[in-house]
Amino acid sequence: MMLPQIAFFFLSAVTLISAVMVITRRNAVHSIIWLIVTLFSVGGIFLTLHAEFLFAVQVILYVGGIMVLFLFVVMLVNLDVALKQAQFNRQWQVALVTALVLMAELGYGIYRGHQGFTLAQVTATPMSGGNTQAVGLALYQDYMLAVEIASVLLLVAMVGAVIMAKRKIE
Amino acid sequence: MATGSNMPLLLLAILAKVGVVLLVLLTTIAYAVWLERKVVARIQSRWGPYLVGPHGLLQPVADALKIFFKEDIVPTEVDRVVYCLAPFLAFSLALLSISVIPFGESVTIGGATIHFQITDLNVGLLFVFAVTSLGVYGVALAGWSSNSKYSLLGGLRSSAQMISYELSLGLGVVGVVMLAGSLSLREIVEHQSGLWNVFVQPVGFLIYFTAAVAETNRVPFDLPEGESELVGGFHTEYSSFKFAMFFMAEYANIVTVSCLATLLFFGGWLGPVFGPPLLRALLPVFWFCLKVFCFLFLYIWIRGTLPRFRYDQLMAFGWKFLLPLGLLNVLVTSLVLAWRST
Repeated sequence: MMLPQIAFFFLSAVTLISAVMVITRRNAVHSIIWLIVTLFSVGGIFLTLHAEFLFAVQVILYVGGIMVLFLFVVMLVNLDVALKQAQFNRQWQVALVTALVLMAELGYGIYRGHQGFTLAQVTATPMSGGNTQAVGLALYQDYMLAVEIASVLLLVAMVGAVIMAKRKIE
Repeated sequence: MATGSNMPLLLLAILAKVGVVLLVLLTTIAYAVWLERKVVARIQSRWGPYLVGPHGLLQPVADALKIFFKEDIVPTEVDRVVYCLAPFLAFSLALLSISVIPFGESVTIGGATIHFQITDLNVGLLFVFAVTSLGVYGVALAGWSSNSKYSLLGGLRSSAQMISYELSLGLGVVGVVMLAGSLSLREIVEHQSGLWNVFVQPVGFLIYFTAAVAETNRVPFDLPEGESELVGGFHTEYSSFKFAMFFMAEYANIVTVSCLATLLFFGGWLGPVFGPPLLRALLPVFWFCLKVFCFLFLYIWIRGTLPRFRYDQLMAFGWKFLLPLGLLNVLVTSLVLAWRST
């Protein structure tokens, strides 16, 4: 096996195992730590595909930004109360049906489209100009309008959240 | 690229380089503490450390020995795994960012080219920001896992502060990146061969440096360890070597931030180069170290001079002044660049 493949399987294994850990931990802070590991190893997979820019952005935004805010909220949760509550609600019949349906759908999709569904090829050399430039051109030239609409939407959501949290406006 | 035959040699060279850089960094951290005690003492007309070695020069060694042999207390109610993970995270992440810092130009000795840098990433600057943005976990997790109200409040405070000032820190350097057209630290330095960025981007530099002082939790932004309110802040419950790791992480971060300020705004290793080949090869490294030393001194000078902010002042300053100023700087820089290119 080649080194990139070993790296891919290792990172995928870490991603999946840590994702399972996220939903099985009783302590919310531990869940967050495992989610950080998950996001980090996804970033690692980007790195094996020579997407250094995506890796850096994944780490800065998700791991360094969003997850810190998660941690912030969870740190203030009273864990003694959380430990006494039931970890799982008793709805496993519904969950089982949902999971089976989803699995069937995915299996069907892969079965029907497995010729068109190939793993991304690792490019031997990074493209000219680096992928920073490639991402920049795609975002701000090819898909400029979509990016702008998305950012305005996010801004509206942010302002709305601030207004709702403030309750009384002076 | 390396061929199969010299692979072990290459690996050895990389390991040697990592070893040397780590050794120099750790020594710098140890003596930065000594320098700080000496300079602050001079500002307050005291002598500072004087007894261990001439002018207290062996004081860092004595400190290290003492901290090694102290009892390592783990309070009973802490979350053990996270409690031990936090100082390790803080320290290792602080050391990691030095790996992409270039110290000088590449030199060729006996046919072998030596880069004064552990690894040259084409997104080097982003890498440093990614690693420093992770540094907040050490602080936040330490505060939470200690299971003590002082630690928790200290951890919350400093993580809020670090998130807030990270934005300004990033915005401060956007101007530099736009000028150089690259995220590689080496290319950013080479772009400054005519004029240092500090003259082109004075506002950007001020934003960067202010945010950097806040990001490293130093005076006047050292709210997380405001002794009169929070005892020791997030590391109240830590002792012995775990405490030392937080302490060293803080100084390693200061060194990284100083290196970055030198590279981004003060031309890195650029400076007058003259004399025989060996001197020619080593002078850039010397200029780099000199500039970094000036920043370390500035840090200590600020600590000895300024009083601490109040917490609301700190947040208001970060969000209402520094951030808009950073945005304005980016806007003006891009307008000038666009105007020049047409």
